[in-house]
Amino acid sequence: MVAVIVFFACALLAVTGAILLILSREPIHSALSLILVMVSLAILYLLLGAEFISAIQIIVYAGAVMVLFVFVIMLLNAGVEERTDFSKFAKFVGLPLGFFLLFEVARWLYTSRAGSVITHGAGTVTQGFSTRTLSAELFQQYLFNFEATSILILIAILGALVLARKNP
Amino acid sequence: MIVPVSYYLVLSGVLFGLGVVAFIFKRNVITIFMSIELMLNAVNLAFVAFARAHRQLDGLVFVFFVIVVAAAEAAVGLAIVIMMAQNRESLNVERVDQLKF
Repeated sequence: MVAVIVFFACALLAVTGAILLILSREPIHSALSLILVMVSLAILYLLLGAEFISAIQIIVYAGAVMVLFVFVIMLLNAGVEERTDFSKFAKFVGLPLGFFLLFEVARWLYTSRAGSVITHGAGTVTQGFSTRTLSAELFQQYLFNFEATSILILIAILGALVLARKNP
Repeated sequence: MIVPVSYYLVLSGVLFGLGVVAFIFKRNVITIFMSIELMLNAVNLAFVAFARAHRQLDGLVFVFFVIVVAAAEAAVGLAIVIMMAQNRESLNVERVDQLKF
């Protein structure tokens, strides 16, 4: 019962944060509501038994990435966003189709056979994934991919440095 | 009472849809980046829910890689945003239209 209450509280917080991200006109307000979404998702990961993912969600996402965003917003002094009108095509064709897509995806997720099998089959797990087994998987089966991500990070650092250089 | 996995999938779908809406509606390039992060987070939630449902760790490893890629993307993307703000004096994506035919 407690799990259900926690789930719905966090889901409500996450959806509220996502809607606030869309509605607020100041980028800094959008960034703060995105942090709200990330923290509530971290609580949901805890509820799903993934403690390690929950911890890196807080440390990497809500910590590092969002601090970078807030830093750039403050650095560029980003103010109120200008609104521009959409084209007629976007307003009358794109908008209804977008809502239709959203509705269909939600309906499929809720009614699909895959979803029901999962619900009745394995929704009753209570013990989580331990960090020990996760790291064993990461450093044995996925070792090459793990090393490849370090190259990716290195290239990203170099790219950011080249872009941010004063006179290229 | 246990929370069914399909609830997590619905929440993930709703968050992804809101991310798409923000991506299309916002005009500030920083906010557009934030909506990409929102979509990545929604996908991560689906990965963790499926990993839980199938009792497989691979989903969590994928979430790990998604977070790494998101961090790299944020670093490069924000460097591009800073370049754009210096060269165009504006963060509005409608002002960056030189490659648009």
